[in-house]
Amino acid sequence: MTSLHIRNGRVIDPASGKDAVGDVFVADGKIVDGLKGKAERTIDAKGLVVAPGFIDLSARLREPGQEYKATLESEMAAAVAGGVTSLACPPDTDPPLDEPGLVDMLRRRAKALTRARVYPVGALTVKLQGEALTEMGLLAEAGCVAFSQANVPLADTQVLWRALQYAATFGLPVWLRAEDAWLAKSGVAHDGEVATRLGLAGIPTFAETIALATILELVRATGARVHICRLSTAGAVELVRAARKEGLPVSCDVAVHHVHLCEMDLGYFDSNCRLDPPLRSARDRDALARALAEGAIDCLCSDHTPVDDDGKHLPFAEAEPGATGLELLLPLALKWGKAASLPLSKVLARITSDPARILGVALGRLAVGTPADIAIFDPQAPVRVSAETLKSQGKNTPFLGHELQGKVRATIVAGVVVHEA
Amino acid sequence: MQRNPQLNEKGELQHLLSIEGLPREILLQILDTAESFAGVTEREVKKVPILRGKSVFNLFFEPSTRTRTTFEIAAKRLSADVINLNIAVSSATKGESLLDTVANLSAMHADIFVVRHASSGAPFLIARHVKPHEHVVNAGDGRHAHPTQGLLDLFTIRHYKKDFGRLTVAIVGDLLHSRVARSLIHGLTTLGVPEVRAIGPQTLVPKGIEALGVRVFHDMRAGLKDCDVVVMLRLQNERMRGALLPSAQEFFKHYGLTAEKLSLAKRDAIVMHPGPMNRGVEIDSSVADGPHSVILPQVTFGIAVRMAVMSIVAGN
Repeated sequence: MTSLHIRNGRVIDPASGKDAVGDVFVADGKIVDGLKGKAERTIDAKGLVVAPGFIDLSARLREPGQEYKATLESEMAAAVAGGVTSLACPPDTDPPLDEPGLVDMLRRRAKALTRARVYPVGALTVKLQGEALTEMGLLAEAGCVAFSQANVPLADTQVLWRALQYAATFGLPVWLRAEDAWLAKSGVAHDGEVATRLGLAGIPTFAETIALATILELVRATGARVHICRLSTAGAVELVRAARKEGLPVSCDVAVHHVHLCEMDLGYFDSNCRLDPPLRSARDRDALARALAEGAIDCLCSDHTPVDDDGKHLPFAEAEPGATGLELLLPLALKWGKAASLPLSKVLARITSDPARILGVALGRLAVGTPADIAIFDPQAPVRVSAETLKSQGKNTPFLGHELQGKVRATIVAGVVVHEA
Repeated sequence: MQRNPQLNEKGELQHLLSIEGLPREILLQILDTAESFAGVTEREVKKVPILRGKSVFNLFFEPSTRTRTTFEIAAKRLSADVINLNIAVSSATKGESLLDTVANLSAMHADIFVVRHASSGAPFLIARHVKPHEHVVNAGDGRHAHPTQGLLDLFTIRHYKKDFGRLTVAIVGDLLHSRVARSLIHGLTTLGVPEVRAIGPQTLVPKGIEALGVRVFHDMRAGLKDCDVVVMLRLQNERMRGALLPSAQEFFKHYGLTAEKLSLAKRDAIVMHPGPMNRGVEIDSSVADGPHSVILPQVTFGIAVRMAVMSIVAGN
């Protein structure tokens, strides 16, 4: 195996609180405290930040079944170009990840590419139809780290209750979006001023809080470990805060778009702002950004969803929801951190050690003996977001044309340099 | 914020997509131009050569009789060639995408696309993809906008009331689904109407509509008090099937315009309706056909207003 010497970088390890200029050594795919003899490869990281590789709790790779939107190759290239070394992929593929064989195949395909680590999230119900439970135990053996309905609502509360009971029996984590299927039905935008002005069907904020209150009550009843995905409202933040204070085993995340954008960004029906959950009011956005800074929201994810032009060149309500995000995770995290005046270490925690904790993996840190997943980046270097520069097959992002900061210079997975720029 | 996509770099009207965001001067220019065309429609030879040699494509992705017909008449009176496409029963059902349909028609050398679509914002998407010399006129998109209807409403109000500066205008009924209401509200506030009221049950008044500059009333009698103009909206039958309203009878009792309720408005109040009317649902026949009603003149003015819009965009 190769050995690596990363010299003179600003080494930031949020897990240990380390933030100092120094060297990082890698041997046999792991971080070590020094090398005997000369490293096979030396990377000069002067002026750059050396951090744990980023961990993204939601990135759609579109395989199997939706290869016209993206392929494993294109999206894994996008991941490492964005410094993402581990990602969890939601089960809303075609067919959904509801069978051990599919999960196994996805993991093998991903592994063969030797890029980022892929953690499949299994379907909670068969075909995500919200009726029958999947073989969660077998799926977990095949490599599923959690179980989820992705963005497909589970309308039947009885099924949700049983699913949480069953998952709790085996200690399996369940990741859920909080959205009431009936209240959100046919809605495409935040039920507020902008939707009213544009004549778009609204999704009220209480579609999220009512569903969340239901989930929390079921957590109380079952003791299931639940992670709430993609909060979008200030009200939901308060509910999660109270639940944690009470000691419930819940955690939560927010997507990068929702700490930066709000309903106003829809402009003149910009279908790149058609997202699930919808962009909400400026007040909600500010509450999310603040809660993420305070740690009331555990981590930040890209909610990467590549959509092709055919899916976006449609009237707003008909456009497919989602935005590409793997390559924007770092720049948008830095932008959020800057606006919140946070130290870099705290910003990086939200995309390294915090999601690692939720994923339950010994990654997201630079401790000696842990796998050498590392991102080396220039936090000041400008990044212009354009269809040409994005490696993802999806060019759909509300940030198209924006100038951001934070360029990944090198990405290392298990001691192997998988990306350099 | 992006530039308003309806205006060219000189700030002139390139497309008419929505009344929102249009400066007062442009609204007045349209109304004044319509005034000059009103005479044409009364003449024996009802034609002017302004759009001679130009092609107007009526692109209706949603069925419509009245709006399509008045656009057709307006275009013909401007001497344009008119092509009517009822897409609702052709390309769309064959799976062709909206932009492909438009690209194909554009290849047939269109000058103006008149677009009606069931999805809010569809004309904006089309306007972003047409060639620089082509113009898009929104003939109604989802719940979003129906700017020529809004303009003909403004034209009607100006015709009967002269000065916008001291009026109270009430818009009654299903505001939630109404593109007509949204367009009219923007027009009225832009032209300086001091009080615009929205009257309807909570289920049919969309959230945050106050931000558009209207006062919301749930009690129709209170809302009609001292109004100069009463605009009744069409209530579509399908609204009665869901959880929005219990029945047409109950709606009529609370929000239908009767002579008795109208008596609360000013004595010289005018009553408008974008059509087609549901007599006995949102409006009583005695009012629809009564002395306050200006519903048929609205239709006549609609032609002049659409002539004005097409001649102005084609000239920019």
